[in-house]
Amino acid sequence: MNKKSNVKRLTFLGLCATVALLLSYVEFLLPPLFVAVPGIKLGLPNLIIIFLLYRLGWRAAVTVSMIRLLISSILFGSAMTFAYSLAGAVLSLLVMGLLKKTDLFSMTVVSIAGGVSHNLGQILVAMLLLNTPQIVYYMIVLAVTGTISGCFIGLCGALLVKRVSIDRFN
Amino acid sequence: MSTENKNVTLPHQHGKKFKNDLIFLAVLLSVILVAGLGVLLFRGAGDSVTVTVDGKLWAEYPLNEDREIEIKTERGVNLLVIKDGKAEIVRASCPDGICSDHRPINRDGESIICLPNKVVVTVRATRGDAPDVIS
Repeated sequence: MNKKSNVKRLTFLGLCATVALLLSYVEFLLPPLFVAVPGIKLGLPNLIIIFLLYRLGWRAAVTVSMIRLLISSILFGSAMTFAYSLAGAVLSLLVMGLLKKTDLFSMTVVSIAGGVSHNLGQILVAMLLLNTPQIVYYMIVLAVTGTISGCFIGLCGALLVKRVSIDRFN
Repeated sequence: MSTENKNVTLPHQHGKKFKNDLIFLAVLLSVILVAGLGVLLFRGAGDSVTVTVDGKLWAEYPLNEDREIEIKTERGVNLLVIKDGKAEIVRASCPDGICSDHRPINRDGESIICLPNKVVVTVRATRGDAPDVIS
């Protein structure tokens, strides 16, 4: 009885991973906003992750996020970018999962917290890998841009969760 | 798997969580503001630059003498120029050139970082005295 729904779930998560991967590619094509501060991004793949977090739960979001990360690092990145992205993704998944669980904040704020913690994770890894604590100064700039992009993603994500029906996948 | 999402509100609906959201944002923005102001106010000008490659000290130069240094490593070359008390990377062999786009630095703790070549140029205040503070 459960088999059919499992296949549907698997298919749906695979589809989500593909869309997230496409969004990372779109983001990869966009020119950087500020050349002087690397790491400023919209975080488009997070749109899918936060959609899954609210629709199918934390485990689905983690699964798709990790698959997306692995494939996009192989396709457009290197071992270094994989380490940065992994730290960012793990921290933001933890923060978003916990904040959602408290049920105190709206999706927009959960997404903002996710964006900022994603940047924080990357900065922490950069400090470790380069052995240079001064990088932490970048965090101030990244916290501001992370808030803005997180807000954007959160608003779009709320629309997605409200409007997109996934009934036929259940 | 529930597809009901009554607890997700659209922005114009001002849900019950609106107040919590504002508190969260206020805390986040004040942390950023305090950190930013702290960095701006409490960093005086430095008087030397240190160059580290792959986390190890490579060289140190005073900022008051103009000079050009080629930082040659196994990964590539960065041309460091010290002029008018400021340090700047003018040319670099790395593909992105983020370090050569960086503005000149002269304040204590400021740094230019070239990730591909693992080169970090940091301004230091070797005199050890704190920036001028009205006492």
